[in-house]
Amino acid sequence: MRTLTSTLISTFAVLATLFSVYAVGQASIRQHEFETEAQRQLYQTLIQELRCPKCQNQNIADSNAPLSEDMRDRTYTMVMEGKSREEIIDYMVARYGNFVHYRPPFNWYTSILWWGPLLIIAIGVGVAWMMSRKRKQPLALSEEEQERLKQLRKPNHD
Amino acid sequence: MSTEQTQGSSKKWIVLFVPLMLFVVLVVFLLKGLGDDPTHLESVLIDKPVPAFTAEDLFDPTEQHSEQVLKQGPLLLNVWATWCPTCRAEHEFLNELAAQGIPIVGLNYKDDSRGKAMDWLNTLGDPYTVNLYDPEGKVAFEFGVYGAPETYFIDAQGRVRYRHVGDVNPRNWENQLKAVYQQMVKEAKQ
Repeated sequence: MRTLTSTLISTFAVLATLFSVYAVGQASIRQHEFETEAQRQLYQTLIQELRCPKCQNQNIADSNAPLSEDMRDRTYTMVMEGKSREEIIDYMVARYGNFVHYRPPFNWYTSILWWGPLLIIAIGVGVAWMMSRKRKQPLALSEEEQERLKQLRKPNHD
Repeated sequence: MSTEQTQGSSKKWIVLFVPLMLFVVLVVFLLKGLGDDPTHLESVLIDKPVPAFTAEDLFDPTEQHSEQVLKQGPLLLNVWATWCPTCRAEHEFLNELAAQGIPIVGLNYKDDSRGKAMDWLNTLGDPYTVNLYDPEGKVAFEFGVYGAPETYFIDAQGRVRYRHVGDVNPRNWENQLKAVYQQMVKEAKQ
């Protein structure tokens, strides 16, 4: 009984996911027709990757802002003209900046995004290594300290 | 106490402050971000020549304009539409600026109809030296317009020097925008 229920639930989950993906895809390609499957796929990838400049965090596939509509139309036109993925992204970036692409390019301004996490890991490893090295060191006492220790260790005869 | 000991403890003392210093740096960084307007986007065109385009004149469909109209600067390019309430709010001030002799080129952006746009200018006054008509937003796309109103500051060489998003009003004109315009005028005279 239990297995049947869980099977049913997972089937529903899969169906729901499939349906929602299908619905989203339908909403954004409804008005566009493609000659080849490759064109359709390129268009789909691009509208998922390009970000709506008017919205705070939405790609142009999900956004129904008029500007996103314009950008989808432009993407469609360029795909049909046979432009490559890079050409279309460059075209959008040249007008709206790196903001429009969800994958920031590697340059001086964005280097912190790429190297930041590595740098933090390196600092962490460095600190851990230094701490472990410190712990291993035998207690080194100066002559003065040795002398004092000897004094302290002397049995008290009072 | 030996000098070695005092040096050692002062070193430790500094180390104790490292987290506090990191915290202060983080707070400054985050506070700076707090004041930023997340909807504000830097224009990519800054210090670049105006993009090429052709557009019909708003009043005369037979007249074609090109980017050449923006190369007689320094001037302002104002992106507006009748559906945009903020454009209505800034219109009065644009009239004032035009009266002061500041050339403003108008770009009518994706308006409901040509007639509506013409009515607007006929009733509220026309501050623009040239009226570009961009019903599909093609010209605006070249400029990376993401909302109206936007005002571009274009220098004598036809380069975009600054983009202001939102209304131009007496306050931000005095505080910031006037200086940008005057700088362009100063450079043009040299």
